[in-house]
Amino acid sequence: MPTAASPSTRPAPRGATLVMRGLRRDFGSFAALKGLDLTIEPGEFVALLGPSGCGKTTALNCIAGLTALSDGSIMLGERRIDPLPPEARGFGMVFQSYALFPHMTARRNVGFGLAMQKMPRREAEARIEEALKLVRLTAQADKLPGQMSGGQQQRVAIARAIAIRPPVVLMDEPLSNLDAKLRLEMRAEIRRIHETIGSTTIYVTHDQDEALSMADRIVVMRDGLIRQTGTPEELYERPAHADVAEFMGFRTRLKGHVRGTDGKRVTVDTCGIAVGVALRPGMATPQDGEAVTLMIRPEDLVAGPVGLPATVKIGEYRGRAFFGAAEAAGGTELFFRSERAIHAGDRITVAARPEQILLYPEADR
Amino acid sequence: MIRDHSLASKLWTTAVWAVVLLFVLNLLAVIATVMVDSVATRWLGTWLPAGFTTHWYRDAWDEFQLTDVLIVTFEAVAAVVALSGLLGVTAAYALARRDFPGKRAMTLVFLLPLLVPPMTYGIPMATLLYRVGLGGTLTGVVLANLVPAIPFVVLVMIPFIEQIDPRVEAAARVFGARTPQLFGRVLLPLLLPGILAALLLVLVRTIAMFELTFLTAGADSQTLVVALYYAVFASGVRAGQEVDVMAVVYMVTTLVWLLLALRFVNPTQIVARAKNQAAH
Amino acid sequence: MTAATPAARARPHPRVPLRLRLAARGIDGVTLMVLPALAALLALFVYPFAYGVAVSLAPKVGPFYANYRRFFADPFLRETIGNTLALAVPTTLLDLLLALPIAFRVRLMSRQRLLTTILVLPVTLGTVLIAQGLLTYLGPQGWFNRVLMALHLIATPLKLTNNFWGVFASLVITGFPFTFLLTLSYVSGIDPALEQAAATLGAGPAARFAHVYLPLLVPGLAVTFCLSFVQAFAVYPSAVLLGAPAGSTHVISIAAYQAAFEQYDASLGSAIAMIMGGVQLAVVLAVLGARSLFYRGPVGGTKG
Repeated sequence: MPTAASPSTRPAPRGATLVMRGLRRDFGSFAALKGLDLTIEPGEFVALLGPSGCGKTTALNCIAGLTALSDGSIMLGERRIDPLPPEARGFGMVFQSYALFPHMTARRNVGFGLAMQKMPRREAEARIEEALKLVRLTAQADKLPGQMSGGQQQRVAIARAIAIRPPVVLMDEPLSNLDAKLRLEMRAEIRRIHETIGSTTIYVTHDQDEALSMADRIVVMRDGLIRQTGTPEELYERPAHADVAEFMGFRTRLKGHVRGTDGKRVTVDTCGIAVGVALRPGMATPQDGEAVTLMIRPEDLVAGPVGLPATVKIGEYRGRAFFGAAEAAGGTELFFRSERAIHAGDRITVAARPEQILLYPEADR
Repeated sequence: MIRDHSLASKLWTTAVWAVVLLFVLNLLAVIATVMVDSVATRWLGTWLPAGFTTHWYRDAWDEFQLTDVLIVTFEAVAAVVALSGLLGVTAAYALARRDFPGKRAMTLVFLLPLLVPPMTYGIPMATLLYRVGLGGTLTGVVLANLVPAIPFVVLVMIPFIEQIDPRVEAAARVFGARTPQLFGRVLLPLLLPGILAALLLVLVRTIAMFELTFLTAGADSQTLVVALYYAVFASGVRAGQEVDVMAVVYMVTTLVWLLLALRFVNPTQIVARAKNQAAH
Repeated sequence: MTAATPAARARPHPRVPLRLRLAARGIDGVTLMVLPALAALLALFVYPFAYGVAVSLAPKVGPFYANYRRFFADPFLRETIGNTLALAVPTTLLDLLLALPIAFRVRLMSRQRLLTTILVLPVTLGTVLIAQGLLTYLGPQGWFNRVLMALHLIATPLKLTNNFWGVFASLVITGFPFTFLLTLSYVSGIDPALEQAAATLGAGPAARFAHVYLPLLVPGLAVTFCLSFVQAFAVYPSAVLLGAPAGSTHVISIAAYQAAFEQYDASLGSAIAMIMGGVQLAVVLAVLGARSLFYRGPVGGTKG
């Protein structure tokens, strides 16, 4: 039965399910994590997404064992791992600042975990070569980190984490120190490496584009709690809360009251006009008079002959259309699109189709 | 930075803290010995003195003419502080703001007095001072103490000056300020905390500076620490308690200024690393 | 037509004034502000040093090297180098050995100030006060011996004053703050993420220290050793007050002082001071030479 598995065929998902229950982490009186429940299947690429301070890096550090839990448990398959120190958990981790050992060459960096396992030299060398080949860095193997560019250092950091063939790979905003072009390249690289080795990967980021393009599943966090989990499409099209929607790019927020519903549509009074919003399946029918928040993407809110009146504050040309910010009655800020040129001070009206508008009860932040 | 909870590491931590505790206890005990002895009537062969008294303070004050010694100490220290402040701050500004040929050699000249211990360069310097007739005078003492003080001020001030955005100065010049006005209206107010810190540190270090003053002072230009040395040196002649009184007076003097200095500076700056945190 | 001769070219453009040319090289009024302090140091440090060298080569009797020959020929003088090294090297090493684990613990503390203040006390109090205190404290009737006897660790008091051990203790106490603070700054300067990365790769605390911290600390520790050693080598007041200045703690600074100020032989005194400086320099160069075998680059982070 044993055949040499070539690195190019994706092996079956390795490892066990990672189950996190009730994770809490307090720093004095400040609760960074307020009770996280999450289950990650073997081989999944999960992104932890959220603004700074939401607890995503704390969660990652707790999984790695670099920070102790105040409460809760973490199970890897049948084993309970939260009492274990980081060196006993066997996870691979890629740090935001790469954290390469400056006094070791790339080769020795990548082989560090193997040296800690006291792997025999012949086997270790083969593993190191494999990892370096996977990240396409064989030529730099004998250089010191100080002699490498940021992108190369990042690859060494990744190779170091995967050389030990961990059941879970943890990545803490690994691309945030790279320039935009390199970031796009490395995004594809990381995804390719994941496809090749198939380890469970937990990826922390604050960049919505990164999460959407790389992850199998996204976990949106805020203030130490999970706000929503789902596939990228689910999160993009159907954010469950107003703050998640804002994170997904629904930048315009309108406050209003429900005037009435007719089963398929809700009419909402806002900013002096009545707006029709399509009811989504699974959404609770709002009551008449209830205070609600409407959210619209800039590309869906178009300047036209009729709609919500507003005064343009800024306009930018972005190639095919103009995008801008305007102020409506009551000081509400709108982010909209226009086919024709706009200038500060112009009076416009903007409108969106009912199915493009999201509706949330105002009580739900 | 990783908290380790295994038994071995707990034992190790306990051992380390035990050593720290022992060190601190011994240090405090040494200080306490001096203080207790200074108020002891007799203290031979017992844990604590037979009785307590303050008459040694009066006796020692007269015996060692402590008033005069204190005056001399403060005169000398004040002169050193003022001169090193004036010379050091101006030199620090030049070194921080300008890059010129020979700067590296010059920086070495400013660093060496802090790296070479005073005894090594003090003997030739004292010999020279005596040759020109300044040995044994207060002037000689002040000049000798300037040697470690000026570089120290320079070393402490350079990071403070580098912190001020040069564009602030450029703006002042654009609006017509010449160098004296630049200093008086813009730089000195911004640098005041740093200057204060540097001067207080020089003060504390000069009070405690033994070797240079020892080599250059005469009978009536001794600072407190040198007078204390001679008292201990000749301690067979007079009561040990009197020597300890002087030691307490010295201690109180230094500690008062130390505590004052610590309100403005971090304790680590007293030791003034020759190299800053920059990568070396 | 003939080509224009050099003489027929337009007149040469005016020379840039000296002031501007100097300013381009970084020399202007501001730069001159360094002069007063520089002059002071040249007059009070550099010149006396040179003067010392010259004086040492102009002995009262004999050829120019007479002082140096006398130093190495006279066993009483020659032994000072050994005596001083016997004090300076072990005390510095001991301070370093103590400072390292303590610095490791202290860097984890959020409120270091109280501890660092206490540890800085010996520096502010100075060698003289510590020596005076130790004379009583370590004496046969002092608390140190009393406590040890009360704990039945010794039967008779240890002789710790007026000998080698008193000076040893004094050097350890007064040398520790400097060594500790320098070590602390080096230890704190290492990127904590490096330790975290090593931990995730399976390194326990001992392995993290051996493979990550130690190699990165060795250059800094070498510098710390040099700076602390140099201070310890110049020991004077404690060697006189607390030691046996004519015996086991006859250190080189005592020899220099006695020659210059008790025998009024400035030439010999300067020569001994030069030898003192020379030995310090030799040790420092040796240690720094060994240091260059190690990695000496930045340890604070690997941003490319």
